[in-house]
Amino acid sequence: MTVQHDDLASLEAGLDALETSVVTGPSRGHRLWSATWPPLVFVALLVVAWQLVYNARVVEPYRLPSPGETLTALQDQWQSGDLGEAVWNSVSRGGLGFIASLLLGTVLGLVVGRVKPVRRAVGPILSGLQSLPSVAWVPAAILWFGTNSATIYFVVLLGAVPSIANGMISGLDQVPPLFMRVGRVLGARGLASARHVLLPAALPGYVGGLRQGWAFSWRSLMAAELVARTPELGLGVGQLLDLSRQNADIAGVIAGVFTILVIGIAIELCLFAPLERTVLRRRGLLASSL
Amino acid sequence: MQVVEAGPAVAVRGLTKRFGSGPNVLEDVSLDVAEGEFLCILGASGCGKSTLLSLIADLDQPTSGSVEVLGGKPSLMFQEPALFPWLTAEENVQLALRLKGVSKAARRERAAELLALVRLKDAGKKRVHELSGGMRQRVAMARALAQDSHVLLMDEPFAALDAITRDVLHEELVRIRESQKLTVLFVTHNVREAVRLGDRVVLLSSRPGRVVKEYAVEIDQPRRIESPQVASLSVAITEDLRTEIRRHGGQS
Repeated sequence: MTVQHDDLASLEAGLDALETSVVTGPSRGHRLWSATWPPLVFVALLVVAWQLVYNARVVEPYRLPSPGETLTALQDQWQSGDLGEAVWNSVSRGGLGFIASLLLGTVLGLVVGRVKPVRRAVGPILSGLQSLPSVAWVPAAILWFGTNSATIYFVVLLGAVPSIANGMISGLDQVPPLFMRVGRVLGARGLASARHVLLPAALPGYVGGLRQGWAFSWRSLMAAELVARTPELGLGVGQLLDLSRQNADIAGVIAGVFTILVIGIAIELCLFAPLERTVLRRRGLLASSL
Repeated sequence: MQVVEAGPAVAVRGLTKRFGSGPNVLEDVSLDVAEGEFLCILGASGCGKSTLLSLIADLDQPTSGSVEVLGGKPSLMFQEPALFPWLTAEENVQLALRLKGVSKAARRERAAELLALVRLKDAGKKRVHELSGGMRQRVAMARALAQDSHVLLMDEPFAALDAITRDVLHEELVRIRESQKLTVLFVTHNVREAVRLGDRVVLLSSRPGRVVKEYAVEIDQPRRIESPQVASLSVAITEDLRTEIRRHGGQS
């Protein structure tokens, strides 16, 4: 018997080795580099093209600044302290608004996703809300709350909560029924089942929703800041941008647009993209994970 | 053949199941599985094999009839390994222990033992997608064993595997069942697999599922799926199975 079992053990070891492919991907540094240089080259080309258009004087200089002038405007904004203050104000508002949306959206998503009557009543409206630009609420919010932080947060919440809730709902919908059955066979009921099976299984959809939720909070915040401008609100990136417009400072306007874009991209790249990658890679849902 | 001991490990009495107002999926099925017995349930599509296991596992309620399982809850393996992809192999096994309330240290130790039992001692830290189909099904077996129930229900657990892997896992299952003194109720549509593994084979009819015939498999383990004894009994059972299937063509 033992001889036979050793036989089986070695057979099995051979089979396991044959069927487990060991593909070592490129190193982390290499991957980072190969993901970075193509967009950098593209941006460089865009800047060159921009400079050429500027040189050709196709557009009057007061409508189109040169890349150099835009950079100078950015430097000026920085040196006056306006840029630093505006970035800090906007990012902290955006972050706070996002965290509040996260809490609300998660709870709302769980309730709508798991309680059938609520799902039927609220579900369609929640997905409909996603297509309503939350900046449409700014006039109403100003009339309700006045031109203050409440208005800004209200608009940010209405932008981000539906995305996060819908992400949670679609995450819950994607949980394979077999997982729930396995959970029951293993003895998971109620809260234990939610904690050990349902929520981890719903995570990929939820993280996708968070990512989209952030994009919506940032957009809504900028829209609100552009419209709502009073001294008591202080200076945000959106207000700074509108200030440049009032001064007919086209270089400052373009600099403002870049600031908004770069902050959005930076938070996406540093926070949400890695979070999503980690969740997907662990589950073998990314091609590069092999 | 196993010696039949006092009470059966699984007692199914007059089990009938229909969904809603549909036709009976199972009709008056009665079965005894003796303690330590390996019983294979064989049938074509629509014989309610999976429904039968769901009822025994208490995942579903019968329309009438009763099920009793010795030592309470049986463990159940599916055709898909259904391991949780957010956990490593050993965490999957540990989760079964955790849900039973086993302490953390004991969980680690027991999970390592079970992975060694299915010969995956070194694969504990791997994630599910890094394992082959056969390895996943062995982790699923370790997870099922972690439930520490007397009875293991298996719902076509090897149907999705290639022939070589399936053959190896048959051998593995026979070995583990012997060492762990398990009672196994194994559902399959593969006649040879049933004869290769079972002490007894029960043939179910389709729509509704009813017990048609029983066969004692009096061939010593270790058996081989390609051996003449397995083949000749398989031929006889296949004949009966075909007769059963023909009835549904309306020509017999």
